[in-house]
Amino acid sequence: MAKLEDILQERILVLDGAMGTMLQQYRFGESDFRGDRFTDWPHPLQGNNDLLSLTQPQAIREIHTKYFEAGADIVETNTFSATSVAMADYHLEAYVAEMNRESARIAREVADEFTAREPHKPRFVAGSIGPTNKTASMSPDVNDPGFRAISFETLRLAYYEQASALLEGGADILLVETIFDTLNAKAALFAIEELREEKGIPIPVMISGTITDASGRTLSGQTAESFLISVSHIPFLSVGFNCALGAKQLVPHLQVLSARTDYPVSAHPNAGLPNAFGEYDQSPAEMASQIREYLEKGLVNIVGGCCGSTPEHIRAIADMVKEYKPRKCSIPA
Amino acid sequence: MLHTCVKNSPSHKVNAGTLNEGPNSVDFRPMKLSGLEPLVITPESNFVNVGERTNVAGSRQFLRLIKEGRFDEAVEIARHQVEGGAQIIDVNMDDGLIDGKEAMVKYLNLLMAEPDIARVPVMIDSSKWEILEAGLRVVQGKCVVNSISLKEGEDEFTRQAKLIRRYGAAVIVMAFDEKGQADTYDRRIEIAKRSYDILVEKVGFPPEDIIFDLNVFPVATGMEEHRKNAVDFIEATRWVRQNLPHASVSGGVSNISFSFRGNNTVREAMHSVFLYHAIKAGMNMGIVNPTLLEVYDDIPKDLLEYVEDVILDRRDDATERLLDFAERVVGKSRQNQKDLSWRQLPLQDRITRALVKGIDEYIEVDVEEARQQATKPIEVIEGYLMNGMNVVGDLFGSGKMFLPQVVKSARVMKKAVAYLTPFIEASKEASQRGKAGKILMATVKGDVHDIGKNIVSVVLACNNYEIIDLGVMVPPEKIIQQAREHQVDVVGLSGLITPSLDEMVFLAKEMERQQFRVPLLIGGATTSKAHTAVKIDPEYMSAVVHVNDASRAVTVVGDLLQKERSDAYKKGIKTEYADFREKFLERGRKKEYIPLGEARKNKLKLAWDSAVIEEPKMPGRHVLTEVDLGLLRPFIDWTPFFRSWDLHGKYPDILKDRVVGEQASSLFADAQRMLDKLIRARGLQAKAVFGLFPANSVDDDDIEVYLDSEPEPAVFRTLRQQSKKKVGVPHLALADFIAPKTTGIRDYIGCFCVTAGFGTDTWVRKYEKDLDDYSAIMVKALADRLAEAFAEYLHREVRTKYWGYANGETFSNDELIREKYRGIRPAPGYPACPDHLEKKTLWDILEVEDVIGVKLTESLAMYPAASVSGYYFAHPESRYFGLGKITADQLEDFARRKGISLEEARKWLSPNLAEE
Repeated sequence: MAKLEDILQERILVLDGAMGTMLQQYRFGESDFRGDRFTDWPHPLQGNNDLLSLTQPQAIREIHTKYFEAGADIVETNTFSATSVAMADYHLEAYVAEMNRESARIAREVADEFTAREPHKPRFVAGSIGPTNKTASMSPDVNDPGFRAISFETLRLAYYEQASALLEGGADILLVETIFDTLNAKAALFAIEELREEKGIPIPVMISGTITDASGRTLSGQTAESFLISVSHIPFLSVGFNCALGAKQLVPHLQVLSARTDYPVSAHPNAGLPNAFGEYDQSPAEMASQIREYLEKGLVNIVGGCCGSTPEHIRAIADMVKEYKPRKCSIPA
Repeated sequence: MLHTCVKNSPSHKVNAGTLNEGPNSVDFRPMKLSGLEPLVITPESNFVNVGERTNVAGSRQFLRLIKEGRFDEAVEIARHQVEGGAQIIDVNMDDGLIDGKEAMVKYLNLLMAEPDIARVPVMIDSSKWEILEAGLRVVQGKCVVNSISLKEGEDEFTRQAKLIRRYGAAVIVMAFDEKGQADTYDRRIEIAKRSYDILVEKVGFPPEDIIFDLNVFPVATGMEEHRKNAVDFIEATRWVRQNLPHASVSGGVSNISFSFRGNNTVREAMHSVFLYHAIKAGMNMGIVNPTLLEVYDDIPKDLLEYVEDVILDRRDDATERLLDFAERVVGKSRQNQKDLSWRQLPLQDRITRALVKGIDEYIEVDVEEARQQATKPIEVIEGYLMNGMNVVGDLFGSGKMFLPQVVKSARVMKKAVAYLTPFIEASKEASQRGKAGKILMATVKGDVHDIGKNIVSVVLACNNYEIIDLGVMVPPEKIIQQAREHQVDVVGLSGLITPSLDEMVFLAKEMERQQFRVPLLIGGATTSKAHTAVKIDPEYMSAVVHVNDASRAVTVVGDLLQKERSDAYKKGIKTEYADFREKFLERGRKKEYIPLGEARKNKLKLAWDSAVIEEPKMPGRHVLTEVDLGLLRPFIDWTPFFRSWDLHGKYPDILKDRVVGEQASSLFADAQRMLDKLIRARGLQAKAVFGLFPANSVDDDDIEVYLDSEPEPAVFRTLRQQSKKKVGVPHLALADFIAPKTTGIRDYIGCFCVTAGFGTDTWVRKYEKDLDDYSAIMVKALADRLAEAFAEYLHREVRTKYWGYANGETFSNDELIREKYRGIRPAPGYPACPDHLEKKTLWDILEVEDVIGVKLTESLAMYPAASVSGYYFAHPESRYFGLGKITADQLEDFARRKGISLEEARKWLSPNLAEE
């Protein structure tokens, strides 16, 4: 099978689209989230999408299948919030390792089926590592700016647990994404470096930050270039941005990354900006046409979708990228 | 308020920024650092200036703020550094009396919450790994770690480097290894090369993230072995930049001029010359105090030559020549060398003068004269000569003499002692005396700094003491063994880095355990009287003395070893340190408080029936706009202006101050010029709104203000002192100065807000655009002063005209500043009424924002900042006081009166709450 690093030199890879948007279509209720296994769990579980890998695995499997069918090369595991930090809300810390392992295993199985069917287009699994619901370099209390709700050490341990379970379950890549606070990401990268050293294996890492608004900065206040510098101390497969903005709004920030790094650049924007009801209504064609600008300008090597995007969006993108050469890049050793 | 004086960044001053002969730019990999914004350092970059004032070892003010837990103010120092052009902020919390790890984390967390500070990268500075690591865990950007070295061996070096890489930081490597600190060219490059190879080859550290600190050591110390300190540094820098690809070179520049502390003219020139040459050789980063930097081209030609001779070690007499020049710079009125009128002075004065001036021509004549008058030759040393050395010690201690001069004094002393020795030996009583005493000197385990120790050794040796110098990194068991073997009279311990403090404590304990009774001398840059008194002295039964300069060491050792006085002196020292310790520890101890109810019963009861109340001549609200700045100028209080530029002293005396006078005068002249310009251009708009209203105090602590426009009175809530007082001393609240409603007497209160701040921004922006931070800061500082002057002016207008109770008043500005007049104008947020919330009431009553445009921010600061607001009280007994701390009962009572939640009240009053 061709190596991911080699393929990146040849063509633009397509990442999948939103998981949450797709899960909404199943209209799962409290009892669906609980499944058979958590019927007696003393806390409400509805809304805990990551748990569905354990209680409704067939749904997760279906969604991955749809994205691969649409043309995605890489799907993300259903583990965006599967850390002991984020799962504390549901008191499910004890199940974190299992959620990650199972999620990766499901995605792995689907990917392997597709690769077997289409060997010329191998499919990959990226273990999704989200930002958690706490920030390590900002205070949640405006009156106490020196306060921190979480420490680097707690995050590092939580990320270590998640990353190691994702690899056990069969993830090819770890995707540290939706980085609001670079310090959280640095804790994740630190944990991944520890794993790399302990296991003695290369672990391809995709790093994806989030520019939160028109200020052009992350939530924790960094500019795109500053963010890049702050995460460049570990070897990564790609660096990019996702979420918060639509494809069009991301252009200037991707230009910064593209100009400042020799390594692959990724983007998985939202399907436009949310409308008055908080819904994303950008059509697949429209999103693809905005992403075309990335391709014309040679800004990216990996592209996909975040909130609001569906297999139709990904199909439109996948069909379009075939016409373009990837951005020139070097691959980390 | 401004805390720093920033003229320009060093790169503007030393125009060698891009002229370095280091690596060429094509191959060079830039060092990339980040705060909220990137800092990319390339060969084309100018010299990168690291802000140094947020370092407890470098700034006394910062140290004090951290020790006192005033972190908010400490954050302001960082802000000034960044505003002043620092591109990186060095944060260091290494002090024996601070929990360094906790302070580092707390401070960095607060900095990270300030976007205008956090935009620059942080340099996490500590000699302790645990503090470095704690810092790395709280900063999102790419920092610089300052520093690691091979001191503890290769394994520890590798381990730390690997972790630093994993945390994503660049690193400063000190030229330091298992054998000690590099102090020659060869040692510097040997250690740099070895460190570099380990980092790049073994750890995989990116070479562009490596910065070498090649140890800047002082020159012109008067000691032969220090002559090449600057040259060696510069040449080693050149070598590193040519042979270790992509690496940078940094250093603490002010060290170079250590021996000229107090003489800023010479220091500034030395820094500038050193930087000029070091930058040319490839030094691209450094810790420089921008206020202590002269423009290279502006250095007077003669001074430049003397300084370059010293820095580049071009002449054997370079130090002497610079020293002569320095004396001329400092004390222009000093006698010329051929003036021998001092030879007519009494004997003691002549000997003292010879020692202070380092003149050895006549010392033997004078000593002989003294010997003939004394009963025993030894008395000449213990009397005349020691008296003279005490004067030297005091001058040096207060920064009025510089190190090379002290070394010269010591030489004169040595000559005098040598002359006397045959006489002393000939006399019976001192037959076994020989040396005055034996002193063991050592830099403690783990520390290699020995400049101070060596100087003390030289000076003591000059004073006829035998020195057993054990060198650096001396383990405690060796110190004890050697002290025993040589039967020394005094043990001197030195250390510069913070861990040395613990080492000294350990040694004191160990000496106590082994029942030593030899006095201990403690010295070195991080040591302090506080640390010695609190941590070391209690561990050792015999005397422990903190000695931080060479000349003082002579007197202290003399006192310790002088047979007749020794015991009394030691006892005195023991008591002094015990007292000091007690006072130091008491700072934090709880004061006693009385309940609010009792405090109210003990309020100030003024006699209201005697007709002291004057009805305002012009009651109601008044607005002044377009006030002429020229009118305010005479009311300026200049002393705080100088303080804001870190020049301490009272105006106008400060202009003639020996040390800072010259700088103060030039600053003052610049201020006058700027003020002329502002007045001429009507650059700032001064406005005021104020009012005089009927009022009464109610329920002890509240003041009701009766406004024509409102049916309900406005109410000011005042706070009452609660700390326990002597019988008969009242517990004050501002409400005490207003007649209680129950008296039936109508009283009055005034409120005001003045500003001189409109227009400041425009000027500041203009100067900032011209990269003229000096003028930008000057405008702000002057706007602040004008606002204060306006408040003073307006108060006088109110007293004499609007309220009119003092229409015969004629006070000079000085008397106004000393507040000799009747009535007060306390301001919310200040000691008498620390609660800022009352400003809201004040704003409502006067409609401040609508009328003159001064706004209150969320935290109730006034904007523009150059504004003053407050109350007027007219009662002759009204006076300023400090509220002090209050207890929970008053907090609850205040919240209830104010109609706010307890939490909110706590938030605003927290600085004034006594610990529960």
